[in-house]
Amino acid sequence: MNALRRNVLKGAAGASTVAIAVAAGLLKPTQAMAAWNAAAFDAKNVGGAMKGLGVSAPVDSKDIIIKAPDIAENGAVVPVEVTSNIAGTTSIAILAEKNGTPLVADFTLSGGALGFVSTRIKMGQTSLVRAVVKAGGKSYTAAKEVKVTIGGCGG
Amino acid sequence: MAEPMRIRATMTGDVADVKVLMNHPMETGQRKDAKTGQLVPAHFIQEVTATVGGTTVLSANLGSGVSKNPYLGFKVKGPKAGDKVVVNWTDNKGDKNTAETTIA
Repeated sequence: MNALRRNVLKGAAGASTVAIAVAAGLLKPTQAMAAWNAAAFDAKNVGGAMKGLGVSAPVDSKDIIIKAPDIAENGAVVPVEVTSNIAGTTSIAILAEKNGTPLVADFTLSGGALGFVSTRIKMGQTSLVRAVVKAGGKSYTAAKEVKVTIGGCGG
Repeated sequence: MAEPMRIRATMTGDVADVKVLMNHPMETGQRKDAKTGQLVPAHFIQEVTATVGGTTVLSANLGSGVSKNPYLGFKVKGPKAGDKVVVNWTDNKGDKNTAETTIA
């Protein structure tokens, strides 16, 4: 019963601490977000997103398995599961090629995490869903087409 | 205000299967408000980190292309039942939330 109340109190305290830090100029908003790869996420095309990720000419690989529906009725929620059977997989990025900003998410794996991520993405229209995997300094890719009947962007 | 999130971790053999459901609107900044016709400002989770037993196993950057109330599933080899799993996120407005559970 009190769990929610605890969270609310904790959240309020946390938020005000951040606000104070920002006001004091200790923590500029841009610095706080420095780890977020804006160049890759703001890119309007697949090439730009790949460049932002530091990937060039990834090799097609059959060891990457993308599990996504062939036809997505609702583009706002498309379940996507990526499994990489490439040894030493360190990161998995998911791109929806025809979205306004194709890069959806970039997962960095460490400390025993397997080459697997599962999430749900938005898709504006029918397009390829592409996974880009980094392993041992090389990059690999695979794609699967998902047909979208109702777009999930805009509206 | 960030709402609590749901998290579950179960062992299958020597692999921990972690599932997280975050409560977040994930606005892209491109959608218009139906009543006012104004663009709804972008508001989405940018960073997610997960630790199992104190070791970072996942650090993710998300874009606005992730669905509302993001779901995230990942698998980690090696932990034991009872290890603590902690997931944190930060959005583009600086809101944060955290959830933890122990592996069942």
